[in-house]
Amino acid sequence: MTGFVMHPGHHDLHGITVVVETAGPLTYVARFDTQDERGVHLLNVATHDRGAPGPTLDEFLVRTKKFGVKAAQKYLLLPQEQVRSIRKLSEML
Amino acid sequence: MPYHEIQVRPMREELTRLGVKELRTVADVDAVFANASGTQLVFVNSVCGCAAGGARPALAMALAASRARPDEMYSVFAGQDLDATARARSYFADYEPSSPSIAFLRDGEVQHFIHRYMIEGRHPQQLAADIIAALEGLTEPTPANG
Repeated sequence: MTGFVMHPGHHDLHGITVVVETAGPLTYVARFDTQDERGVHLLNVATHDRGAPGPTLDEFLVRTKKFGVKAAQKYLLLPQEQVRSIRKLSEML
Repeated sequence: MPYHEIQVRPMREELTRLGVKELRTVADVDAVFANASGTQLVFVNSVCGCAAGGARPALAMALAASRARPDEMYSVFAGQDLDATARARSYFADYEPSSPSIAFLRDGEVQHFIHRYMIEGRHPQQLAADIIAALEGLTEPTPANG
């Protein structure tokens, strides 16, 4: 077998699908790529906007866990000062 | 961009030697799923080392540890066999694409889905337990399937 390979030298969350809560109304679900002085680099990004009509954040996360990440953006660089928390999607709810 | 075939062949063979049939073309996929009946496992393979590198061994562990089997097991290779993968995903289109992932279907309907996020960062033994649970749920008799 090819084995259970992590990515040496990468951030611990590299390749992991995370929920990034921000100081504003937006919450992102995306694959964590890396983090540097510019901020958090995310791939395949789905967005929940607390200020917009539609599902609550909990409803959004429940749906995402059941049906997967509905990515609307391929890439997002989120400035560090906007990041309130980063948690694994698998550990949410 | 697809990897060179030499690089991915071992990843294909890691599944095919378990009895998983690869679907490489749209025609292959349609031949299987256009009128699907019974139970199927569909493994969306990937080159991703941190996720697929655990998922393939997890399937092997699950099949070794459990007698529960779907009627058929198939794989498509995301990022490699692009058209076949897109077509396969069209048969479980309610579920967002991710790879690796595993769909468990009965009579063409998804009964359980293991997304990439449920695979990432987990040891193959942990994932094998999830696969066994899904296979047992898929193959246990129900009022509808006797």
